[in-house]
Amino acid sequence: MKTVIIDYHKGNIRSVERGLAAHGADVVVSDDVRRIADAGALVLPGVGAFADAMGTLNELGISSVVKERIAAGVPFLGICLGLHLLFEGGSEHVAGGDPTPGLGILPGVVNALPKLDAGGQTYKIPHVGWNSVSQVSSSPLFAGIAPDEHFYFTHSYCAPASAYTIAETEHSVTFPSAVQCENVFGVQFHPEKSSSAGARLLKNFSELAESR
Amino acid sequence: MLTKRVIPCMDVKDGRVVKGVNFVNLRDAGDPIELARRYDEEGADEVIFLDITATSDDRATTVDLASRASEQLHLPYMVGGGFRSIDDVRTMIAAGADKVSINSAAVKDPRVVTLAAEAFGTQAIIVAIDAKRRADNPNKWEVYVAGGRTATGLDAVEWAKEVARRGAGEIMLTSMDRDGSREGFDCALTRAVARAVEIPVIASGGVGKLEHFAEGILEGEADAVLAASVFHFGELTVRQVKQDMRKHGIPVRL
Repeated sequence: MKTVIIDYHKGNIRSVERGLAAHGADVVVSDDVRRIADAGALVLPGVGAFADAMGTLNELGISSVVKERIAAGVPFLGICLGLHLLFEGGSEHVAGGDPTPGLGILPGVVNALPKLDAGGQTYKIPHVGWNSVSQVSSSPLFAGIAPDEHFYFTHSYCAPASAYTIAETEHSVTFPSAVQCENVFGVQFHPEKSSSAGARLLKNFSELAESR
Repeated sequence: MLTKRVIPCMDVKDGRVVKGVNFVNLRDAGDPIELARRYDEEGADEVIFLDITATSDDRATTVDLASRASEQLHLPYMVGGGFRSIDDVRTMIAAGADKVSINSAAVKDPRVVTLAAEAFGTQAIIVAIDAKRRADNPNKWEVYVAGGRTATGLDAVEWAKEVARRGAGEIMLTSMDRDGSREGFDCALTRAVARAVEIPVIASGGVGKLEHFAEGILEGEADAVLAASVFHFGELTVRQVKQDMRKHGIPVRL
C-alpha cells in the first residue's frame, strides 16, 4: 500500500516523507493525480498561504481527486496548512471579502489567530514553538502519546472549532490542534518536527492506514 | 501554554562545527548533524546552523548540510549567514531549512525581507540583528553588519520594528557587547526589542552560567534563549537549563 504525500510545490516535504518512511511505510511524493487516485493513504503537508495553495491544488486537478478519495474512505492526514485546507474556506489575505473556498470536508472558516486574548493580554503572532496539545477525545492518532504532550507549531491562522476537534491548544485563544472525521485527520502542529512524540504520531497514522 | 525555547547554535565552517566541541559520547563531534541529534535527545527545541564562512565555494557545503538535516533531524532548524539575495534564501529553503536568518542583506536592501516573507511565509524568515550599545547613549543600541565589523547607524529597536513590519517571523538578537563575555544576556537590549515588536525574539550572546537563561526570559522578556559554547563544551546540558528555567516558573518542554 502506497502513502502518497501530495506535492503542490509549496515548501519542503522531505522531512514529512522521512518521518513516514521511518516506520516502513511505502511513501512517494507526487503531484500526479493518477498516483494520488491510486494511493492507499494521503498526506497533505504544507506551509504558506491558503488561497495560493488552493489555487495550485485546483489547477493541478488535485482537489477533486482528494475529495473523491476521502469520500471513498482513504485515510488522510493534513498537516498545518493541510489541516486548514480541509475546511470550507480561509480568510487569509482576503481583506473584507469572501473567504477563499477550501476542500469543504469539514465545516467552518480558517481565521487569523487574534493578537489579544479575552482579557486584553497581547500574544506573539506567528505562534511559533512548542505548545501542549490537550486531547479532548480519544483517537488512534494519539495512541501512546501523553494527553498533554508538546508539539512544534508555526502558524498565524487557526482552524475553527467543530464537533471533529480531538485536541486543543491555547495561545491567545483555545483552538483545535487536531481533528478527526472518520478517515480524515488533521493536525495544526508539525509532527515531522516534533521529536519523538511527532515520530510516534506519524507511526500511528501509518499503522492505522496500513490496518484499514 | 506556549513554552519558552532553548536553542543551541552551531558555527559551521566547511561543513564542520567550529569553536570547539567537547563531547565525549559523540562519534564525530565536528559533524553538525551528529551534534544536533545529541541536542534533540537532550530536549533542544530547535537548532541553528550558522555558516561563518559563506564564501560562494562553501555555500554548496551549507546547502548540502541543510539537505542532510532535513532528512535526519526530527526538530526545526534554522540556517543563518551568507544570504545575499532572495535566490540564496530560495535555495536553502528548497534544501529543507525550516527557517533562514538574514542579516547584512536585509540592511543593504530591506525589501529582501518583504519579498522573502511573501515568497516563503513569515515563519521561515528570521532577521538576525547584531547590536552594540552606543558609547554616547547607554539606552540605545546600534546595528552592525558583516559579522560585527561594520556600523550601520541604524537604531536596533527601530530596525527591529521595521523588519517586523516587513514580515520577519522572528528576530534573533545578539548583543555584541556580551557575546563571548559569559556575563549573561544584555537584558536591557533584549527587553527594549521584545517590547517594541509583536514577533518572537531570540536572545543571543553572553551566556556563561545556568541562571543566565532564566534571566533572558524573565528580565529580557525573550521568547527563546540561544547559546553555543556552554552546550558544545558540555558545561551545561539543555535538560539542566530547562530544569532551572522551570524552577524559575518558566514554561518549558521537558
